[in-house]
Amino acid sequence: MTETPLLNSYRNQPDARGHFGDFGGRYVAETLMPLILELEKEYRAAQADPAFAAEFDDLLANYVGRPSPLYFAERLTEQVRRDAPKGKGAQIWFKRDELNHTGAHKINNCIGQILLAIRMGKTRIIAETGAGQHGVATATVAARFGLPCVVYMGAKDVARQQPNLFRMKLLGAEVVPVTSGANTLKDAMNEALRDWVANVHDTFYIIGTAAGPHPYPELVRDFQSVIGKEARAQMLARIDRLPDLLVAAIGGGSNAIGLFHPFLDDPEVKMLGVEAAGEGLDKKHAASLAGGDPGILHGNKTYLLQDEDGQIAEAHSISAGLDYPGIGPEHAWLKESGRVDYTNVTDTEALDAFQLLCRTEGIIPALEPSHAIAAVTERAKTMDKDAIILANLCGRGDKDIFTVAEALGVEM
Amino acid sequence: MKRLSVRFDQCRNEGRAALVAFVTGGDPTPADTGAILDALVEGGADVIELGMPFTDPMADGPSIQEANLRSLGAGTTTADLFSIATAFRERHPAVPLVLMGYANPMVRRGADWFAGQCSDAGVDGIICVDIPNEEDQDLGPALREAGIAVVRLATPTTDEARLPAVLEGASGFLYYVSVAGITGKQQAAMDSIEDAVARLKAHTELPVAVGFGVRTPEQAAAIARVADGVVVGSAIVELVGEHGKDAAGPVRDYVASLAAAIGSARKDVS
Repeated sequence: MTETPLLNSYRNQPDARGHFGDFGGRYVAETLMPLILELEKEYRAAQADPAFAAEFDDLLANYVGRPSPLYFAERLTEQVRRDAPKGKGAQIWFKRDELNHTGAHKINNCIGQILLAIRMGKTRIIAETGAGQHGVATATVAARFGLPCVVYMGAKDVARQQPNLFRMKLLGAEVVPVTSGANTLKDAMNEALRDWVANVHDTFYIIGTAAGPHPYPELVRDFQSVIGKEARAQMLARIDRLPDLLVAAIGGGSNAIGLFHPFLDDPEVKMLGVEAAGEGLDKKHAASLAGGDPGILHGNKTYLLQDEDGQIAEAHSISAGLDYPGIGPEHAWLKESGRVDYTNVTDTEALDAFQLLCRTEGIIPALEPSHAIAAVTERAKTMDKDAIILANLCGRGDKDIFTVAEALGVEM
Repeated sequence: MKRLSVRFDQCRNEGRAALVAFVTGGDPTPADTGAILDALVEGGADVIELGMPFTDPMADGPSIQEANLRSLGAGTTTADLFSIATAFRERHPAVPLVLMGYANPMVRRGADWFAGQCSDAGVDGIICVDIPNEEDQDLGPALREAGIAVVRLATPTTDEARLPAVLEGASGFLYYVSVAGITGKQQAAMDSIEDAVARLKAHTELPVAVGFGVRTPEQAAAIARVADGVVVGSAIVELVGEHGKDAAGPVRDYVASLAAAIGSARKDVS
């Protein structure tokens, strides 16, 4: 926070109006405008308050269990080298954010936002959730701070994420299945916005990804940047150099921006975001950068899956957490600026990577980072042996075992 | 845009509020909307708000959400909306017509394209739910250039300090959303509406129309005593939902009951 801002920095977005280049902004109904202006004011005050940072850091250390380990995946690296040309096969390292309390990176952001909610005197928490990881993380912090919590979840996701549904209920949250639209994450977000607009006086909306109206994309990124800050310091401490390539899966993009942002001004570090290609880009998918166009939804301007009339298309991914037709606005800007590369991985490729990591490293990953792992194994084969790839293992796969079993034709 | 000021002036001269009636375009099908719009006019609506359907109507309650889905399910396109507007303008040269909806369908082909289509179709104004003044650049300049009114919304959360920002670049009329919430739910207390309208009118010369949760002729009359316009939406949309292709008759009768109540509202108290 005390660094001198660089003129040609990739880290000084958004501007004062919440724009990342042409993206981002505050596209909300007037009822919400005063509230998000107040949230921005309160966030600026929190940023300037050492007590806020101290409480955030303390909870991350002692409640979440940070820092998460940095791990060299030796057997996965060996496995990739077997199929790689001679001299090729980069070292694969993981940032182990799946070891956090609640099993994913989502909790980092929830800790930050609930502290903001308390600063603002809000007494009720709402959230949307796709896979249920953000819902569980929100229900967790709400329980920890003794606030009532309502989580909106698409009815389709409720059906495919039963373990997380029960977790949220155990944690005292009310889970509302959303049956409007496509019954998935975007519809849950619509419903959360409808709740918020009717309860602005006492309710804080904990958005789960680096999207939505300003200042959410900025503050979610800042809270998630603990991932990249730790990883950068850990890399330097362990091997005294930065990685050559960072890789992370992207739905809304909060784990990716959290990993990438602290490295954006290190020109030697390349970055790769991995979208969900579902059944393939020519069929049903969730890759809004690869298959979408700029548009306006859920408070921000960004790439969206949409038809020629601007109607939003239904996304598809085997991973409920990536099943969203948009993407955080900073990723849209990083794509256009060329600083970050983006690719995509199909359901089938992600399932293969999921099983590969289970067998080679004894780690059951969530389906979301399985997309990143699939991209990592492909890229590693093309890179020299002394090159280093660092991927974010942003969630663990306990929640996904039923989905995977079904996809593999296994009866449980 | 001129039709809006002419009609609000005319209502003021007649000593009554304007009745602003909303219906979702293309519900139940694009072919049915013309007759429903005619029914609004025949019932006595002064200003027509034609809703542009959107897949994600996040400021709307269940009634208008369902209307949006029915319309899109029937295959309604943006081109259909402009055809409906063009035909309406031919049949009703003097009745103000405002398109209401969400940003993405409006900006999809560019703001200039959209403003040009509005102009060609005889649309007088636009209400875009999710483009506040802070993001006016996406649509406002193109609309103003084309002579289309940019109708802004004020809400119970719009405080004194913020009101000038809402009014900056606003035209046509000011839409006061009387409830912090989604469309079609509860109505606000009358005294809070009266206070709010007085506060808004201290800041603007624009007519102030009040909506959200207005259902009965009695509610409409109560608002008509203090505001320049009364907006009714969800109750009409529900009639369309109930009667489908046969909605024109029930809609005409219902709107007529509102118009009668609004017409005599100020006379009752004097």
